[in-house]
Formats: sequence, C-alpha cells, structure tokens
Amino acid sequence: MNFLNVEELQRLFLFLLRRIFQSIFVLFGLSILIFLLSRVLPGDPARMALGARAPQETIQRLRDEMHLDEPLLQQYQIWFTNALGGDLGDSLRTRRPVVDDIVEFLPASMELVLLAGVISAIGGITLGTLSARHKDSWIDNLVRVISYMGVVTPAFVVAIIFLTFFTTAEFGLDLFPPIGRLSSGFEPPPRVTGLYTVDSLLAGQFDTFVNALHHLILPSLALALGSLSQEARITRSTMSDNLTRDYIAAERALGIPERTVTGKFLLKPSLIPTVSIFGLDFAANLSNAFLVEVIFNWPGISRYATTAMLYKDLNAIAAVILILGVTFIVVNILVDLVVGILDPRIRLRGARSD
Amino acid sequence: MVDQETPLLEIRDLSVNFRVYGGVLRVLDRINFHVLQGERVGLVGETGCGKTTTMKTILQVLPTPPAEVPQGEIWFQGQDVMTMSQRELVNMRGQGISMIFQDPTAALNPVFTVGQQLTAVIRYASPENRNLNNAQLRERALEALRQVALADPERLLDSYPIQLSGGMRQRVCIGMALSTRPGLLIADEPGTALDVTIQDQVLRLLQDLVEQQGNSFILITHTLGIVRQMTDRVYVMYAGNMVEVAPTQRLFTNPLHPYTQGLMDAVPRLTGGGISEGIPGRIPDYMNPPAGCRFSGRCPHAMPVCNREKPPVFQVQGPADESHAVACFLYDEPHKVSNYKAELQPV
Repeated sequence: MNFLNVEELQRLFLFLLRRIFQSIFVLFGLSILIFLLSRVLPGDPARMALGARAPQETIQRLRDEMHLDEPLLQQYQIWFTNALGGDLGDSLRTRRPVVDDIVEFLPASMELVLLAGVISAIGGITLGTLSARHKDSWIDNLVRVISYMGVVTPAFVVAIIFLTFFTTAEFGLDLFPPIGRLSSGFEPPPRVTGLYTVDSLLAGQFDTFVNALHHLILPSLALALGSLSQEARITRSTMSDNLTRDYIAAERALGIPERTVTGKFLLKPSLIPTVSIFGLDFAANLSNAFLVEVIFNWPGISRYATTAMLYKDLNAIAAVILILGVTFIVVNILVDLVVGILDPRIRLRGARSD
Repeated sequence: MVDQETPLLEIRDLSVNFRVYGGVLRVLDRINFHVLQGERVGLVGETGCGKTTTMKTILQVLPTPPAEVPQGEIWFQGQDVMTMSQRELVNMRGQGISMIFQDPTAALNPVFTVGQQLTAVIRYASPENRNLNNAQLRERALEALRQVALADPERLLDSYPIQLSGGMRQRVCIGMALSTRPGLLIADEPGTALDVTIQDQVLRLLQDLVEQQGNSFILITHTLGIVRQMTDRVYVMYAGNMVEVAPTQRLFTNPLHPYTQGLMDAVPRLTGGGISEGIPGRIPDYMNPPAGCRFSGRCPHAMPVCNREKPPVFQVQGPADESHAVACFLYDEPHKVSNYKAELQPV
C-alpha cells in the first residue's frame, strides 16, 4: 500500500505505544473491580467448593490457603502480585491452576469468535453494500427485514433454531453435527495454537480440518448473525448517505466508471463506522458465546465461566473477566489502528494534537 | 472561434422532479439551453434556482431516486444522453464534459490522496490512458497540478484534501477537471466557497486556462461581474425556468426580464445609490409552483395574465440582430405597455 510512508509508520508506532500505556491503567482499574465484585458476593467459596458436609477445620484450612480471612486490601495485594507473575491462582472446581484451564478452553472460544467475526464482517459489508446500491428496491427491503430480525434475535435463540433444523433429519436437514468440536474417531491435531482448524492444517491433516470446520460452522453462524445484521445496517446507512455526497457525483462526473467509484471511492469512507462497530461486536461476541457454547456443548471459555460463576469459583471468575477485558482492549486498539489507516482525517488530527 | 452552427450541447424541454416525503418538487420546468462549439456560456440565478441540478442532469449524476426526469431531451455531440448506456456515459463524462464543483471541500474524497483521485480520473479519461503505467499516470497528474499553478506538486500528490487550504483544493479540482482535456468544461460557482482574494486568483486562472485550451465553457455563478468578464452569452434562470438569454454585453446593457433587471439593480455600484433593496419576496414553493409565471409573485410589473399562464419565450431582435429571448408577457404585443421599453434603457 502506498499510503503509509515512513513518517506515518512512525506515527502509528507512537500511537500504539500510547494506547498500550493507557491500557495498563484500564486493566489495573478492571482488576480492582473484578476482585471486589467476586469477593463481595454472598456465600462462602470454600464451603461451596468443599461441599455442605465438609468438616469446619478443612474449610478453615482452605480459607487460610486462599487468604480469605485477611483484610480485603491485603487479599488484593496478594492476588495482584501473583497475577503479575502469571499466577492467577487455582480453580476451586477443577483443582488446577486457572491459567491451565484458560489455555485449554480459550482457543475453542477464540476459534468460534474469529470465524463469527469473519462471517459477520464479510456478510455484513456485502449485504449493506447491496442494500445501499439498490436502495428502496426489493433487495434493500429484504436485507432490512432480515437485519432487523438478526439484531433483535439473541444468539442463543438462533442457536436453538439452528440446532433444531439443521442437525437432525427429524425436523429439517441433517447437514451439520450437533455438538462438540470434532466427531468421534477424530483425534485433536497436535497443539500449536489450540485452534483445531489451524492446527490441523499445520499438521497437514486435511480430514481433521474439514471435520473441525464442519463442527464450527453452525455455532459461529449462530453467534455471528447479530453482529452481521448490525454491520449490514451500519454499512447500508453510511453508504447510502455517502452516495449523495458531492465527491461521489464529482468522481462520476469526471468519468470514473461506476465499478471503481463504488468499489473503491465509496467503499473506503463508508467502512469507517462499520469497523468501529465491528470491533465492539467482536469482543462482545466472546461473552455472547456463553449460551451458544452451552447449547452446542462447545468446550470453550464461556462455558467454563458459566460453571465458575455457579460454583463461586473466585479465581476462575476473575481470570475470565480479565481475559474479556484484555480482549476488549486489544480489539479496540486494533480497530483504532484500522480506522486510522482508513481515515486520514483521524490520523492527521491525532498527530496534530501530539 | 465560436462555431455558430453546431450546438455541442443542447437541452430541450427538460424537466426534473424530486420525489420527497410529502410530495413532488418540480425543480426544473421545461428548460431549453444550448452551448455552441467553442462558446463560453454563463448561467446566472439565485441560489436554489436549479443551476446545479441542470448540470448534474446533463452528466446524469443526480441521485435517482429522489430525482426523476419526466420529460426532455439532452443531446451532446449529436448523441442522446438520456438513452446512453453506462459505458457511453462514462465515455462522455471526463473527456466529453467535465465539471468543477461548487465546494472543493465536498468535491474531494476525504480519505484518498490528491494523487489517488487525480490518477483515477486521468486513467479513465480516454481508452489510451488506460494503458498508461503508474509512472506515466503520475507524470500526467503532476502536469495537471503544475497547470493550475500549484507549488510543490510532488508533495501535493501524496497529501490528503484535509492538508490543503481552500484555494489549493479548488485548484486541485480545476486541475482534475481539466486533466481529462474536456471538450466542454462546466464550472459551478468556482470560488464561491473561497474568500474574495483567493476567488479572484482562481477565476483568473480558470479564465486563462479556458482561453488557452479553447474548451467550450459553462460558467454558473450568481456574481454578475464574473459573467460579464468571462462569457459570450448568458442564460438567466429563475426558480427552475429559463427566463432570459442574450449575448453577454446586450444582457448587461439591455436586460428585459423584470427578474434580470432586479438582479442588475441588486449589484452595489461605486457611483452611488448605495445598496439596493434587492428583489422583495422569495423563490416560490417548488411543491406547488404558481400556475403562471413563477416570478409573478415578486414581479413589480405583474399583470393578471401572469398569474394564469406560463409565459412563452419571445424573441426580441437586438440592434446587431443578436438573438435575445425572454419569457415574459411584457414583450407580447397585446400586453406591451407603450412606454415600458423606454424605462429599460441602460443606466
């Protein structure tokens, strides 16, 4: 791409540094919040972990181990120091380090959310563009009705509908496997990223890749539908607004063919709001995945978090929320970068205020 | 230089409506207009009278809907613009006709560099240009920027519109419109969005370039002085109607339509008399335009017939037998006020 020269790359790098520096404070604030929230909830975590019939002294031992009787500030200090060293404590339920749990479950969710992101970005922008290009025609009306429905229908409802109609021959079509990440008989590919589709390709196991993708499609589609609709609506409205701009009339008037006007000169300015919304949706999908993962029996972080909350598994809850927070921050930095690349007005204004 | 016989562009009985929530705006009402080969034509009228709409209709760049063309013909170089295929339109635009838009800030795409926009225009300007490589395109773009007297064109090519001043943006727009080497150049109030000194520079530049290249030229403006300097013939437009057309000098010395007279009076003079009152009243409602003359509501000479019928166009023979036409009942024999013409002598 020719629009980023050395000077601008430098500026981009500085921007990145500044944002990462800011995020440290955001994360610090978030850590206090989640720590407090998980401690002030009623109920004794040790009691819940050990069961109603556990002897008092066993429970007391666990409470001591978890520093539950220390003052809050001291508890936080202990938790924070450990967290800095990469130790988020042990899970009360799985009885192993929370970090290990996350490493195991996060990739499954990431795979789901990533594919959902790809589907919603491509689908949303395509539908929105179609809709804007054929404004007020039947195509536009159809897209608008579908995207309204997509926005108002929660992902878990879509998941149930999909599960009912596309996995069994009884009600619909037996097109997709109903649960899990792989069919029985398939071994997970050697772990590199934890994403089965990527790992299987890396290992050259093409059959496993197809099977993993087959399992992935339905849940990620269910998850994607809401954000897809949102992006289609945003793209449509920005694009049909931009279509009436003078610069589009000028580009047409100066003899640039329609294909180039729409595909290049109209698309780029119209994508800016879509990208911002996409970033929010993408990160939100990680938490929207809760019920979708439960319905499709998907061994992801959201399902892990749901159980952690039911069991008042303090360390697990804190860790999951931390992961969500980090994802939000990372995705937002990426979005700001992309928006900056798309829109020189933001990039140049940012530079001026430095 | 002006070829009196062949109209390069001709508009016949063109109407344009805008379909909006609540009704239909009749923005252009059966207008006629033509430009001869090599001619410089002015189009004057108040803001909102349909000047820009007319030009956008010629180029077929009005957003439809809401705009629609219920009747009329547009001919360019003997071809019917209304029936042109998308391909023929693209060929006509740019090389055949190109346009400088009123507000250079709105007319440049904010998220592409000047170079990206300029080279795209040049690339599609003619079939030969599509074979130019990037270096050649860049060379042509630099040339276009030098032509409009912009300093440091190399740097400009990599700048975004936001990094340029208003005057520079308008120069870029002019350079862009001329880079296609158009047969007919339309300038829509060039400089209106700029401050006066810059406006003057830009207009002077435009005048020089048009003279140099010999393009046919349509200048839209509401500044009468500019029209007087830069055009051969002037159309006066009021609320979607063409009300008067005459050779420039004749129009200024002998304006016939009461609206044209009002326009001339509205120009402040150095010789005293102060600033005039302007023309009282305002442009009529486009949704329910008056049945008769659209100016009748503001016209100091309005007669009963003016409210009933739309005035036809009357040919008035000037001293040098130049064509001077006016759409006003005052020039129809039965209505003519005997000494009315006496009042119309040049001031």
